[in-house]
Amino acid sequence: MNYLHSIGEYFLMLKGVFGRMTKRSVLKDLIFKEIDDLIISSIGIVAFLSFFIGGVVAIQTALNLTNPLIPKTLVAYAARQSVILEFAPTFISIIMAGKVGSYITSSIGSMNVTEQIDALEVMGINSLNYLIFPKVIAMLTYPFVIAISMFLGIVGAYTAAVLGGFVGPDAFIEGLQNDFDPFHLTYAFVKTFLFAFILATVPAYHGYYMKGGALEVGQASTTSFVWTSVVIIVTNYIVTQLLLS
Amino acid sequence: MIEVKNLHKAFEGEEVLKGIDFVFERGKTNLIIGQSGSGKSVLLKCMLGLFVPDQGSIEYDGKPFSEFSEDEKKDLSKQIGMVFQGGALFDSMTVEENVLFPLRMFTKQSRNKLMKRVQEVLKRVNLEGSEKKYPSEISGGMQKRVSIARAIVNRPKYLFCDEPNSGLDPKTATVIDNLIQEITREYDITTIIITHDMNSVLEIGENIAFLKDGVLAWKGNKDMVFKTEDESVTDFIYSSKLFKKVRTAQLKGY
Repeated sequence: MNYLHSIGEYFLMLKGVFGRMTKRSVLKDLIFKEIDDLIISSIGIVAFLSFFIGGVVAIQTALNLTNPLIPKTLVAYAARQSVILEFAPTFISIIMAGKVGSYITSSIGSMNVTEQIDALEVMGINSLNYLIFPKVIAMLTYPFVIAISMFLGIVGAYTAAVLGGFVGPDAFIEGLQNDFDPFHLTYAFVKTFLFAFILATVPAYHGYYMKGGALEVGQASTTSFVWTSVVIIVTNYIVTQLLLS
Repeated sequence: MIEVKNLHKAFEGEEVLKGIDFVFERGKTNLIIGQSGSGKSVLLKCMLGLFVPDQGSIEYDGKPFSEFSEDEKKDLSKQIGMVFQGGALFDSMTVEENVLFPLRMFTKQSRNKLMKRVQEVLKRVNLEGSEKKYPSEISGGMQKRVSIARAIVNRPKYLFCDEPNSGLDPKTATVIDNLIQEITREYDITTIIITHDMNSVLEIGENIAFLKDGVLAWKGNKDMVFKTEDESVTDFIYSSKLFKKVRTAQLKGY
């Protein structure tokens, strides 16, 4: 019953988020601030992880290709497919659930325990819209982060495969272009948009409706990470089933 | 003026307010006192529109809140200033931005005009020179003053204060009490203060409502507090030895 209550409360929260709008000029400033806090500040860690994971995928694929009949171009093909289809959109989103999700839960949770949300409500401001809507809009730029992740993942794979002497540069480029299906990019970005929405709203829900003090803010952040990850994984399964199978 | 008539409110079958009748007068500091769990905060939240009463009415300058249209409710919220127990200042904003916030949200004046008003209010609460500081960089007393400045910047008609001097030393608490009283007279507003602080009762209690178990057990003012024979009031107000001595001295005419 608790789960059903939470799901219902989450959707009621969404109704409030898109309800009575905050003044446009204030909202504009908030959106830019959120883009900076949620997106720009994440680019560094995403770039670092993408480059090295791309490299590891290439090395592991190359080391497992022991059959001489399998062309070396497969290293690039496998790296491209893994990075575009799963690593960049899903794996990075799980990492973002930890980084961005915890930030959202703890910042809204702290406002909750220090009565700042009550202060907004008393002033006649729709606190759900004021606090969460700018985050949802800021996360619309999240696919750019994933595009950077895809690019750097493949650059990492190229660097590791070519510098490691597993594949020649020409063979890597050839493998990268083999059997490329543009729909895979569409699929990746469709799920990225869904993950972006989940990343903005599920942690916000845990922060907004938490009760207690500073200790509970920490607990809410942990719970938020777990549930955001679960929702992302389940959504990933459903979207894959719908779009690829 | 805010008039509460036969106000009832229950949570999960348990009645917290059991028919409160009281008039909170304009231009006076109206105090709501009582033990923890007596219903003070619920009464305040009903008046703020955060809780809907089960029965009874709350009238703002003669008009029942239940008859307000959505636009009127929105207008009313702009006429309300609130000082929270912990200050509830926005951590990510400076003192100046905190005070500017309600003006930015609800007015269309130029930034220069708004800043002029912010400076005026900060000067009124003696906070000149702290404009660029963050709430974490100022003392508890200063935070309360910022909270008061934010509450009055929009020239409200009603000022609500939830234990405005909790956590402050006695001297700073008196400064805050006097500041609220001065502002109440200066702006001719209806101020409602929830307090546990007996110093406040004796200092600024111009109109006092004493709640006990959800019932209005006594009403009066700071002068009547010394003379009352109502046991529930004397038990609560003179629970400390110091105040017992003060009362004895007062009754003896010292």
